[in-house]
Amino acid sequence: MNLPDIIKFVIDLIAVLLLALGIKGLSKVRSAREANITAAIAMLLSVIGLLSYYLGTSGIPAQSWAWILVGSLVGSLLGTLLAKKVPMTSMPETVALFNGFGGMSSLLVAIGAFLFPFNEVAKAGSLEPFINDVSISVSIFVGAITFSGSIVAMAKLQGWLSTPGWTQVKARHFVNIVFGVTSLIAFIYLISGNISSIWLLVIASTLLGIGVTLPIGGADMPVVISLLNSYSGIAAAAAGFVVDSQLLIVAGAMVGAAGLILTQVMCKGMNRSLVSVLFGGSLSAQTTSSSGSGEYTNITSCSVEECALTLEAANRVIVVPGYGLAVAQAQHTLREVTKKLEQNGIEVVYAIHPVAGRMPGHMNVLLAEADVPYEQLKEMDVVNPEFPATDVVLVLGANDVVNPQAKNDKGSPLYGMPVLDVQEARTVFVIKRGMSAGYSGIKNDLFDLPNTSMVFGDAKKVLSELIGELKDLGVGDK
Amino acid sequence: MNFDSLLWVLLLGSLLGLELIGKVPPTLHTPLMSGANAISGITMLAALTAIIKAEPNSPLLIIGSISLGFALFNVVGGFFVTDRMLAMFSRKPTKKNK
Repeated sequence: MNLPDIIKFVIDLIAVLLLALGIKGLSKVRSAREANITAAIAMLLSVIGLLSYYLGTSGIPAQSWAWILVGSLVGSLLGTLLAKKVPMTSMPETVALFNGFGGMSSLLVAIGAFLFPFNEVAKAGSLEPFINDVSISVSIFVGAITFSGSIVAMAKLQGWLSTPGWTQVKARHFVNIVFGVTSLIAFIYLISGNISSIWLLVIASTLLGIGVTLPIGGADMPVVISLLNSYSGIAAAAAGFVVDSQLLIVAGAMVGAAGLILTQVMCKGMNRSLVSVLFGGSLSAQTTSSSGSGEYTNITSCSVEECALTLEAANRVIVVPGYGLAVAQAQHTLREVTKKLEQNGIEVVYAIHPVAGRMPGHMNVLLAEADVPYEQLKEMDVVNPEFPATDVVLVLGANDVVNPQAKNDKGSPLYGMPVLDVQEARTVFVIKRGMSAGYSGIKNDLFDLPNTSMVFGDAKKVLSELIGELKDLGVGDK
Repeated sequence: MNFDSLLWVLLLGSLLGLELIGKVPPTLHTPLMSGANAISGITMLAALTAIIKAEPNSPLLIIGSISLGFALFNVVGGFFVTDRMLAMFSRKPTKKNK
């Protein structure tokens, strides 16, 4: 080992250590921010290690420097711009987009490595050329699926793409199998030295990514993004085999494994299995005719004024925020309401279902943006025993996660999903635009209960009216 | 580096990933996903290698450069966006004693 080798080896070791510490730290609230910076430093180190190695050995031609500068400047600038500008409510689609671009990067570098081989692998008769070709093919396959799948996911979350009915036909499985088999054939041709089949592989795997993602409903998108995130790690690891980099393999494998765990956690929170998310189609399109959708018989609706009066008299209030709140961007207005209540000595707590918002943890980010103290956010298991001792529950844009059917009705498709036991509280106000069902398309038994009152209207509008009513009552004017 | 030791690296790396992420509060799922996503942009190293090893005037230079651009978009954007999310959590202690 000469000096450049040793330097690169040491830097790579430190980088791997820092990356691992970074991922570990990201899983704890206190250390998360520093951990993110640690991981960023690790990435920077890895680049320095690589550049210093080539400077010390073969040297880096001026032409290469030029292209490195162009690529990195354009990529970093655009990435920074998007990261700074995008609103917090659009986080899920932003992550999807970043993820897709990561996949695109693996795809391109694998195509480049195949068409213009730059590694010395020519030992005929040895296993190396074969392994090289397999790694490149895997990188292309996974990279293309990650890219096309992420872009479809992003478009769906942005609302640019809906889930049309024709995507739900059973024939889609057949079409996807055709894409899959075509990819496999191209894969085999590629390995056996047929260079032009690379394009068939690119096209077939891109189509496969689209075909699998398109029929999945919006509610399941976070799971898909998480899974695609895991794929992009696998794509990076495969690229590591192509360029012979242990660092790439370790980092890619860590992300791949982490993404899988996260995917599992999300599935559990929604009481869905990964298989049913990927192949079951959109839940709402599927279950509209099932036993769950009945007529409502006992709906009580009330005015904002009544709601304000009840709130004023309460000692303890639990807010259940959901997707609807995020969509209405009403988190700041909600914070004003709860501030008023707190000033009046009323205890306010936020009950966060594991999949509240548009992605697990998304609701926490949105509420933190509105300056809600972190201590007031309570997770489901902590808050559930507290509902019986609560005077008022405000359900804002949440639906399936407060459906008692999940506990009581064995025939319900929701049965077994962990839910918030809001019906245990004395009074429940559900602020909702109309009687439409939640994602699952299932009737919510909560709305029929005698202690539930519906306040119809857009979350943001109702909340600002509520502020007015509370002001009239003299709440929080001290 | 021979193939079987790279396979060991892959195996141990995966196990490390499984262990690291074992228990995460739901609060941090979105930032974690976003942070892990930024790390998956480590493919920039592959792109860099391709550009450095490319023959003069080879189209590989352009392909590598575009690949590098996509990867850095993912990395830099990913870290900034994660930091933005996490910054909101760390703001809480100052607000509390109001």
